[in-house]
Formats: sequence, C-alpha cells, structure tokens
Amino acid sequence: MENMSKKKSGFADSGMILRAIRDSFAKLHPKTQAGNPVMFLVFVLAILTTGLWVLSLFGIQDAPGGYTLAIAVILWFTVLFVNFAEAIAEGRGKAQADSLRASRKDEDAHKIPSVEQKENATTVPGASLKRGELIIVRAGEQIPADGEVVQGAASVDESAITGESAPVIREAGGDRSAVTGGTTVLSDWLIIRVTSEAGESFMDKMIAMVEGAARKKTPNEIALQIFLVALTIIFLLVTMSLYTYSLFSAKLAGIENPTSVTTLAALLVCLAPTTIGALLSAIGIAGMSRLNQANVLAMSGRAIEAAGDVDVLLLDKTGTITLGNRQAAAFIPVDGTDEAELADAAQLSSLADETPEGRSVVVFAKEKFGIRGRTLSDKGMAFIPFTAATRMSGVDFDGSEIRKGAADAIKAYVTAGGRRYSEECERVVRSIAEQGGTPLVVAKNHRVLGVIHLKDIIKQGVKEKFADLRKMGIKTIMITGDNPVTAAAIAAEAGVDDFLAEATPEGKLAMIRDYQQKGHLVAMTGDGTNDAPALAQADVAVAMNSGTQAAKEAGNMVDLDSSPTKLIDIVRIGKQLLMTRGSLTTFSIANDVAKYFAIIPALFMGLYPGLSALNIMRLHSPQSAVLSAIIYNALIIVALIPLALRGVKYREVPAGDLLARNLLIYGLGGLAAPFVFVKLIDVLLVALGLV
Amino acid sequence: MSAAVQYVLYIAILIALAMPLGRYIKKVMFGERTILSHVLCPVENGIYRLMRVDVQKEMNWKEYAVSVGVFSAVGFVFLFAIQLLQGVLPGNPQGLPGVGWDLAFNTTASFVTNTNWQAYSGESTLSYLTQAVGLTVQNFVSAATGIAVLFAFIRGFTKVKETGLGNFWVDMTRTVVHLLLPLNLVVALALVGGGVIQNMDAAKTVKLLEPVAVSSEGEILDGAVIGEDGVVTVEGTVIDGARIVTEQFVPMGQAASQVAIKQTGTNGGGPMGVNSAHGLENPNAFTNLIEMISILLIPAALCFTFGAAVKNKKQGNAVFIAMLICLVLALGVIAVNEQAATPQLAQNGAVDLTASAQAGGNMEGKETRFGIASSSTWAAFTTAASNGSVNSMHDSYTPLGGMVTMLLMQLGEVIFGGVGCGLYGMLAFAILTVFIAGLMVGRTPEFLGKKIEPYEMKWSVLVCLATPIAILVGSGVAAAVPQVMDSLNNGGAHGFSEMLYAYSSAGGNNGSAFAGFNANTVFINVSIGLCMLFARFVPIVGTLAIAGGLAGKKRLAVTAGTLSTTNAMFIFLLIFIVLLIGALSFFPALALGPIAEYFACMA
Repeated sequence: MENMSKKKSGFADSGMILRAIRDSFAKLHPKTQAGNPVMFLVFVLAILTTGLWVLSLFGIQDAPGGYTLAIAVILWFTVLFVNFAEAIAEGRGKAQADSLRASRKDEDAHKIPSVEQKENATTVPGASLKRGELIIVRAGEQIPADGEVVQGAASVDESAITGESAPVIREAGGDRSAVTGGTTVLSDWLIIRVTSEAGESFMDKMIAMVEGAARKKTPNEIALQIFLVALTIIFLLVTMSLYTYSLFSAKLAGIENPTSVTTLAALLVCLAPTTIGALLSAIGIAGMSRLNQANVLAMSGRAIEAAGDVDVLLLDKTGTITLGNRQAAAFIPVDGTDEAELADAAQLSSLADETPEGRSVVVFAKEKFGIRGRTLSDKGMAFIPFTAATRMSGVDFDGSEIRKGAADAIKAYVTAGGRRYSEECERVVRSIAEQGGTPLVVAKNHRVLGVIHLKDIIKQGVKEKFADLRKMGIKTIMITGDNPVTAAAIAAEAGVDDFLAEATPEGKLAMIRDYQQKGHLVAMTGDGTNDAPALAQADVAVAMNSGTQAAKEAGNMVDLDSSPTKLIDIVRIGKQLLMTRGSLTTFSIANDVAKYFAIIPALFMGLYPGLSALNIMRLHSPQSAVLSAIIYNALIIVALIPLALRGVKYREVPAGDLLARNLLIYGLGGLAAPFVFVKLIDVLLVALGLV
Repeated sequence: MSAAVQYVLYIAILIALAMPLGRYIKKVMFGERTILSHVLCPVENGIYRLMRVDVQKEMNWKEYAVSVGVFSAVGFVFLFAIQLLQGVLPGNPQGLPGVGWDLAFNTTASFVTNTNWQAYSGESTLSYLTQAVGLTVQNFVSAATGIAVLFAFIRGFTKVKETGLGNFWVDMTRTVVHLLLPLNLVVALALVGGGVIQNMDAAKTVKLLEPVAVSSEGEILDGAVIGEDGVVTVEGTVIDGARIVTEQFVPMGQAASQVAIKQTGTNGGGPMGVNSAHGLENPNAFTNLIEMISILLIPAALCFTFGAAVKNKKQGNAVFIAMLICLVLALGVIAVNEQAATPQLAQNGAVDLTASAQAGGNMEGKETRFGIASSSTWAAFTTAASNGSVNSMHDSYTPLGGMVTMLLMQLGEVIFGGVGCGLYGMLAFAILTVFIAGLMVGRTPEFLGKKIEPYEMKWSVLVCLATPIAILVGSGVAAAVPQVMDSLNNGGAHGFSEMLYAYSSAGGNNGSAFAGFNANTVFINVSIGLCMLFARFVPIVGTLAIAGGLAGKKRLAVTAGTLSTTNAMFIFLLIFIVLLIGALSFFPALALGPIAEYFACMA
C-alpha cells in the first residue's frame, strides 16, 4: 500500500526529468532510432528537410528557405520529444536499479565443505561461488548469493528488494527456505546451498527488469507495430503518389507544380501514426514500472500482457478471501445456560490462549457482553494449556474447571465426569459445522455451557470486488484446504464463482488444465514447492517472494510483498497496459482526419480554388496550416506522456462498456482535438507574426 | 416516391434470395446433401476420377496456396496463348486477327484475376472461341477460386489445432458443379427469355430504317437534312464531305450465357464493348433486374454461408449488415447526386430533374429504358461488388456520384466485393478491427475464439492494404508517365479522375472504367495488368496464411470480458475502420479529382 500511494505523487521528479532530457539526446543515435520504424521515418525526414534547408542556402529550393528551416526544426523537436517520452518512462526504473546496485556490496563468502564442518570456513569472493556450494552466513553479514537454507533459522532483512523494513524468518525445510542474494542476516546464522551464480541471481534479474535493459517487445506490441508500420507505408505511398498527382494535375492545368518536397515531408509526418509510435515503448516500460511499484517483478513483459487476458483467477482462501484466522462470531448457550455465563466462561478459558482464535474469543466477549478482560495474575488462576492428548485448553480457578475444545474432546471430558452430553449441544455443533464454521464447546465442571461459533471472516469488500471481476468476465475460484461443506459455505458468502475444497497440488494442477482445455487463461499465486507444477502450468503464475526457490522458478512473476490479493492488481495493470496502447492508437489515427483538412486545401488551393471550401478551420495561409498541423503533431506527443505513463482509466465493467467509453474519449476526442488545437496554434502563429 | 420504392425493392429482393442461397452454399462447402445432390454428385465424382483427385487429402495453407497459384498460372498461359493465336484457330467467323502481346497480357491478367477490365471492345477484337473457351472459362474458375479460398479461410475458424484447410481441387469442383453451373443455367435461361441474344452467328449488317448523315470525321450531324440527290444540309448550309450511312453493324454471339456468369461471378466483362448498356445484352427492365441482382447475389449469400459455417449466424449477419449499411450509404449518395444533377445540367429548369413523369436528372450516359434509379443502383452494386459490368457510363456521372463508385473500389472491394474475395477481405478488416478494439478493452484481441497475434496481423494488413498499395503505386507511377495524358478524354480534374478510376478499378479487381479513358496502350496495359495481379494474389496468399495460423490455434472461451463481434458497436467500428483506411489512403487523390470537380461545379 505504501508503494501505491507513492505512485500518486506525480510521475517524475526534477532529477528524473533532467536525466531524461540528457538521455533524449543520447538516443539520437541512428541505431537507437532504427528500433522504432515509425519514428525512424521522422528521423530521416528531419535529416532530409535539414538537407533541403542547407541546399536552399545555395539557391536550390522548391519552398522558401525559412519555411523549410521551420519544418526541419519542428521535426527535430518531434524526434527529441519521442526520445524524451521513452527516457522518462525508463527514468524510474533506472533510479530503482541504481539503488539496487548501490545496496549490493561485493562481499566475501564463507564457503564450507559440508554441513557438519560449518566451523571449517574458507573465505572466497562472493562472485566466485558455484551452484551447489555450501556457505555459512552469520548475523550482520550480507547473503552473497541466492540459495536454499539447509540448516539454521535466522531473521533476515529483505528491505533491499521488497522495501519492507520488518525482518522475515528464513529457516531450513518448509516453504520459507529461500534466501535472496543481497539481503542481510540480522540474527543467528544460516547454512545455505547456492542456487544461482554471479550474473544470474534474482537481484541481477531484478536490476535488468526494472531498468528495462532486458525488455523484449511483447507479441502484442509487435502486432501493433506491424499495424503501425503498414499504415506508415501506406502514408509514404500516399505522399509520394501525391507528388506525381500534383505534377500531373498542374500540367493538365498548365501551371507550376504547387507542392514542395518540404510540405510533403511535413504531411507524411502528420499522417504517420507518430503519436502512438512515439509513446509505444514508453507505455510498455511504464506498464512494467507500474508493476514494479506494486512490488511485483515480472520475468517478462509477456507475462504482464497475459495477465490482461486472464479470465480465471485461482485465489487462496486464507489472506485473499478471508482474514487469516477464524474469529469468534457467536456464543450459543445450551441446556438452559445463560448466554452471559457462557461468555464469561469462554473468556476466562481463553485468557492465556495466545492463538488468534483465542484472542478473538476474549475480544468478542468484551465487545458483546462488556466483560472486561481480566489479568492473568487474578486470584491464582491456573491455566491448562492445549495438549495433543487432551485436545482441550482451559483454566482452573476458585475450585472450578473450565475447559474448551473440539466437540468430541469435550464429550469425552463431560462423560468422564459422569454428566450427560446433550442432544441440543450435538445439534448446535452440527449446525455450526454445516455453516462452514468451527464449533468450540465450552464446559464448566464437566457440564456443557454452550458452543463458541468460530468462523472465517470474509474480508471487507471482496464480494463487491468479485462481482466487478465477474462483470469483466473474470471467474474467481477459491482454493482451500477446508472440507467441501465449509468451503461451500465460505464460497457462497464471499461470492466466488467456484471453489476447490481439500485442495492438493494435484487437484490444483488438474483444475488449471481443465480450465485451459475449455479455452480459459488461468492465473494463480503459489508459494510452496508443491505448488511448482501448478505454477508452471498456469498462464500467469505469481510466486510469493517468501516462497521456495522452486516456486519462484516455476512462476513468471514474483510478488515481493507475498500478498495473496496481488493477483487482482496484476490483472488490472495488464489490462491497463493494453488499453493504453489501444486508446492511443485510436487517438493517433483519428487525428489524421483533421490534419488532412488542414493540409490538403493548403496544398491545392492554388490549383483548384474551389478546394478552399475544405479549409473548414479557416487557417490563415497554406504555410501556417502546414506549420500548425506539424507543431500540433509534435506537442501532442509531449501532452500525452503523462497519460502514457499513468495508463488510461481502468474500470471493472464489461468489455462492451469499456470499448464504448474509450471510443468516445479517444476516438471522438481524437477526431475533435486537432481541429481545436491546430486552429489555436494557427491563431497564435499569426498573432506572433511568425507567418 | 416511386424511385424510393424501386431502391427498397431491389435491396429486399437481394436479401430474400441471398439468405437461402447462403445456406445452400454452406452445404456445398461441407459436401452435405442438397436438393441437387442426386444429379450433380455423379458429375462431381466423375471429375475427381478423371482428374485423379484424392478427395480425402487435406492441404495445409502452403499446399492450398500453391494449388491456387498453379491453377491460375496454367489458366493464364492458356488464355494468353489462345488470344495470340486466335487468328489461326477455329471459331472465328469474322476472321479477327491475333491480339497484340500487351493487350493479351492485360486481358489475361484481367480475367484470371476476376477483374474483367477490358481495354478492348469484345465484338471487334476477340473471336467466339476466345470468348467461350478462354474468357468464359476464366469467368467460372476465377470466381470459383475466390470462393474456394474463402472456404479455406472459414475453415481456419472452424478447425482447432489442425493444419489442413480442405482441398483446393475439391472446393473448386464443388463450387463450379454445385453452385455456378446450376445458378447460371437458371439465370441464362431467364435472360434468354427476357430477350438477350444467344446464337453462334457472325455479326450482321442490317439496313437502317432511316439513313443517317455523318461528317467526314464520322460524327453524326444533328438536324441534318438529306436531300434526294444525296446532298446533306444543316439549316440550309451544304456540308462538304458528308456521308450518308444506311447500314448498321449488329454484333451476335452467345450473349446470355456469358452475361449470366459475368454477373453472378462478379466478373463483369461482357461480350459487347458497352456491356449491359447494350440493347442485346440487357434489353429491358426484366433482364436488368435479373442482371443487377445477380451482381450481389453470391457475395451477399456468402455472408450467411460464413455465419452458418462457423456456427455463429449472428457473426454472418453482422458482417452482412456492415456491408449493407455501406452499400445503402453509397447508393444514397449516388442516387441523390444523379437525380439532382449539377447546376450546369439543370440549365435553369430546361432539363427535367424530377423523377415523376419520366426519367429525369443527370441522364447523360444513362439509358432511358433504365432511368436514374436502375442506373444508380447498378452503379453502386457493380462497384461495391468487384463486378465492373455497367448499364450506364460512370464517366458521365456527377462528380460526387462518380466519386462514390471510385471510393467503393478503393475501399478494397470489401462492400460485398468479389465472390469469395470480398468477404475474406472484409474479414481481414474485421481482424484489424478486433485488434484495435481488443486492445481498447485490455485483452489480447481475439476473433471467433482465435487469438490475433503478430503472425495474423502481418498477413491481415497485407490483405487489407494490397488494394491501396496497388492503386497508389499504379496511379502514382502513371501520373509521372507523360504518354498517359494522351489517353485522357477530358482535361482538368475530370481527366485526373479518369486515370485514377482506371487504377482504382484494377486495384479493386473491379473492371469498370470511366469510358473516355483510352486504356489500350503498352504502358497502361502492362501497368494495369500488374496492378490486377498484385491486388488479387497477394491477398489470396495472405488469407490462406491467416487461415493456416488460425486453424492451428486453440479456441478461447467466451466470457463477459470477450469483445462482442456481433453487436451494433462492432458493426459500427468495422465500418469506421474500413472507411477510415479508405479515406486516409485516398482523400488527397479524390481531392484532386472528383472533389475539385465538385467544387468547380458548385462555384
């Protein structure tokens, strides 16, 4: 959440802007320019018009020298603006990469021959470690390489990669055994088996990803680029043929050819989809950067786009749909007991119970019945902790025994005391279980008082969230280890579309395969080693950073926060990325209509005076019309940089509504905007006496 | 009012006939039983045996494309040779000489590509053998080729994770045997019944009822009086060198059968030079109705075939409606402009522009027996479909009326378009549309459950842009060639329009012309021939490549997040994209031609 709020504080600071301006010039290298065909064309035309201006100094010209110079200058600015857009998008990632690099010290590692001989360490440079070697890292030392803890447990500061300052526990065995190079051991020691060598560690990958150095064009971006290049080729042919058309028509009319190469170059730049062409890579980088800000590291841009396509989300119940723990929701007295008496007994029995469930009983009793939590030192209470043998916990005081536990344990306790375990109690226990809750029976001196209803608390707002997702065509599926009855009850309450109860890794894998078979794209989150096969099968697989190395390798994203709700944010970022591309493409193409109305009459009014009727913007002169159009073309790039970086507005509504909305804003807006601004620029040029 | 009724009636008849035909073609495509099966299947199977076709063999897209290429190449060589050699071949009662190489190349390219651009006048250039064995055969098979490619394309959507797209030889045979032959038999018989000629006689010379006086240059003298002594006077002045014509040349031949396939197969090349404006090709309102409806019948029916084949009738309807809306818009502009004519033509009320008593409006170049409504409808139909047959002269249309006919071709002939090719062209535009729309809703675009990825995009833009490329390059180069100016019939903006129309017609594989343009020169013959070949075969390869890509993909599930490709929004967007690409590509060219001419008229 911290990172999300940081994002809202504007897209760049002044340092980043300065750096981006510097980079804009560095990117003028032809090799860099050639990477973006649409903009390469602008680059070539800038050189061409500059050349034409130089020729005009020697008297070789088909348009006034000053006009040619003006066009050339604007074209160079267009190229720089494009470079700036890309540079600013890269800015944040570069800054992040710099701080990552700074945090990584090239420390020595303490290599050991085997776990048994951990005192027998030899010091070697961290960069020389090979996969499979064992090292020991003690408190205060930085972990030199990614690895798997084989012995020991320690608290580790992972803030270098997650930004989260609270230390985390890393220990051998289980799902918390992965450690990342560049993080620091705060206490105790760890013996680690190295899993990655220098240059390919998680930190290296992370630096490359946030910096955009390893950025490859995604399939979607390539497809769009093909479309843009095709449009550019058509417009190239349009302008080239226009030159001969003009020659032909002028000859028929017996006049001089009215079109100059300079004007045609300007026309071509106006028509080519420069707006989207300019912002295309910035949009991609910004999408990646937004994901990084959400503390998710994608292993490829492809994964982000796939996230936009996902239509089935497998969500873990705990943490995503429900709060982590069960909480007391009701006290149900049986056999004529007073509810307040039950609450009192329940609270007493839970005072020493440090589990979240136990604490929730204390809090619930306090809130519902105003029973103040008593201190543990009261009246010589003796607390009876939970044991596997009794499967009960409780308290002995004032000569009475209070016990709470699972129904069968209490039943045994009650009957052992010669009392009757009532029908009513059995009924209440059954009904709670059927509702998906956990019954805890409370007894005092071998007499049943009543039942505590512990239930999973659905997180606030999840039901609405799932409804929104459903509107967008995304199915949510709850994964839980609970039995089917409990799972069904929670699923109904949370409003998920489906659930997988008593989930096993094989069950998850089978479910993913099944959905994929039906043509769906599935996303899931996982952390344990046993999640790896399912992660590998899913289309979008988010591994928790706290998870095992195997899970991280199987996934195509890593969530540094290890937050189970992250999947929903990832889908949003993926969709927003594609939407921004589509919307700006529409805007860019729609712009061309107005530009035609500015330039075509300007070109041919001399040849066919009637065409002045098409000059609906009433632009001052042919030259001012061309200049206004091309200045607009350059400025709109700069104006849209914030939108490209932020992404277009995203809402969870059906596809049709989204399309209608974006068409209205970017399609209709794209048609109208240039009419207004080209006219404004024209008025301004005239007012300043520039034309 | 009566004119409006005519327009509505034409469209209504078209839809009423196209829907059942569409369902019939779907059965033909999948080899299902039809009412004609028991008669035609033995013929079909006989052809397979004769040609040793393995019916079961599925072709992947490359094999399919190679088959189309080989088939077209063989047809090309045969047609080219028969024209060069017609002077020494039989079936030539008029003793016409062999055709020159450039004209033969142009004509061959034209008929193999289903364009039927005619830089010649049929009755005075080609022998009956050339017309029947050469041109008419291509009229059938070039049409069938387009339909076969469409079938393969549709299979790209229906198949899941497969490579085969069907068998070209089977598709070709089925289309000819089950669709084109029976349909044309019916149409030809109806035309003969309506008075279209069908014989093997040589052209006749008949005596005129009244002699006509012409000047020494051969131009008819208005108001000439022919004296008993043969002296010609106009308003009392004796005209020197005037000649008196007493006989007329009347072409003969198998017109009805050729007219039927030229109309139904979106070919357009008729036996007579003036095409269906000729009294013996299209004598009356009845034959006109049949010929006109035939233009769009199969292209419209194929939309419904598509819907039925992909088991999504709404999809077929959506594409049909998009095409229909464009057609109606175009027809509206033509009809209004031709009825209203121009200020110059109105001559302060001297010319009747109403439609109430008789055919009024811009009747120049139109037949009085058809009037504005039937002429405008035909003009819209023939340029919407890549047919190119005419019953009036587009060159004489008002600037905006003529512009619309040109624009319909420049859009890539996707408003119904040629048989088969119109629909696959439109579907390529649909792919572009779902791509842009899909991005706008934040999903990798998909069409009918198939993801649109860089591979499909690459070929789709090629399919969609082949026509603009052919037209822009062709006309752009032609505008730079000095001799082209000598071919013009007019100066100024209209002269430019004539040239632009010619290349638009070639690039759209249409075949109609602004008739004043003399296209029979070496440069124009060759350049137009190349434009036609490019605009035909590049999209065919592209279409098959897309089909191959799509067939290999899995089908995605439909959810609320899936963009609907059948609702009004999509139809609107599809039309918008088609018009936008057309407008952006041709606005400058049109501004120098018809738009400039229009404003000149209005000024």
